[in-house]
Amino acid sequence: MRLHPPSVLLGLRDVLPMLLGAAPFGLITGASAVAAGMAAVDVTLMSAAVFAGAAQIAAIALMSSGAAVWVVLLTTFMVNLRHLMYSAALAPALRGESLPARAAMGAVLVDHVYALASLRFGQGHPSLVRRDYVLAMGVPMWLTWTAATAVGAALGAQVPRSWQLDFAVPLMFLALLIPSIRNRPGLVAALTGGGLALALRGLPFNAGLVIAALSGIAAGTAAEGVATALARKGGR
Amino acid sequence: MNRPELWLTIVGMALVTFALRASFLLAADRLALPPLLRRSLTYVPPAVLAAIVAPAIAQPSGAALGPFDLRLLSGAIAGLVAWRTRSIVATFAAGMAALWGLTWLL
Repeated sequence: MRLHPPSVLLGLRDVLPMLLGAAPFGLITGASAVAAGMAAVDVTLMSAAVFAGAAQIAAIALMSSGAAVWVVLLTTFMVNLRHLMYSAALAPALRGESLPARAAMGAVLVDHVYALASLRFGQGHPSLVRRDYVLAMGVPMWLTWTAATAVGAALGAQVPRSWQLDFAVPLMFLALLIPSIRNRPGLVAALTGGGLALALRGLPFNAGLVIAALSGIAAGTAAEGVATALARKGGR
Repeated sequence: MNRPELWLTIVGMALVTFALRASFLLAADRLALPPLLRRSLTYVPPAVLAAIVAPAIAQPSGAALGPFDLRLLSGAIAGLVAWRTRSIVATFAAGMAALWGLTWLL
């Protein structure tokens, strides 16, 4: 495999500011996992293997409240469903790459890598080697995420309980939730999901979370249908 | 959760995540998303994240200011900061500062 230095350099340059954002997220994830009762080595392995911040935080919260394995896995699936969209969006541009290269790019296709790649591919750089560009962003992202989690877990183990660092877990989700509400159907989805999750929290194995999330998705999709129909009516 | 169960969970999470990310890159010719499913994917993040956040923030922590739990109050403050700044670090800082401040006041 021959690398194309300008494509690697462009990837490194584009990803650098993203690394500065991923590092604190990884630190907090490691520290809050330890606060929730996980071993430092376990959360570090988790970061290396899973490489998905939101899903990991969800899993940490669920496991500390005694959720069943299938609920954790189903939640991982739902929290990471957005990656299916990224994969579908980038697939046409990466069709020419070898199978191992496509698998490697799939492994590192996190939010920021997707956002930057779709931006650069859309600009039409004729000399850009897409594989090298994507991997030059994804690999440093993965290394930073794993290292930051390890440091956060090591530091978090020193933090006394009275600091209530376990509260970081819901806070992180709040920080991800609010920007994900982009329009009214999105708000409907969030209110339905949140409200039902509260109402059903007594169900065993946190099964209420799954029902609430699916209902929220359905409610958002239905609300979009209603909004589209109303707009069409108003336009006439 | 015991350790073998934890590792099973981690391996399962890794496989699920990789399958989602690599899906179309590896099998674009054989996969196609129906339009309704594509539209509903847009609502996955708000629905799922809200379903995780709401019970976690509303869970009674034992420390309250009048009828309001301290964590609920701190969560509301952090939510406002998240809305204004859209920053993970600022939201984290505001929520923790609010929780520590309120705990100290009581």
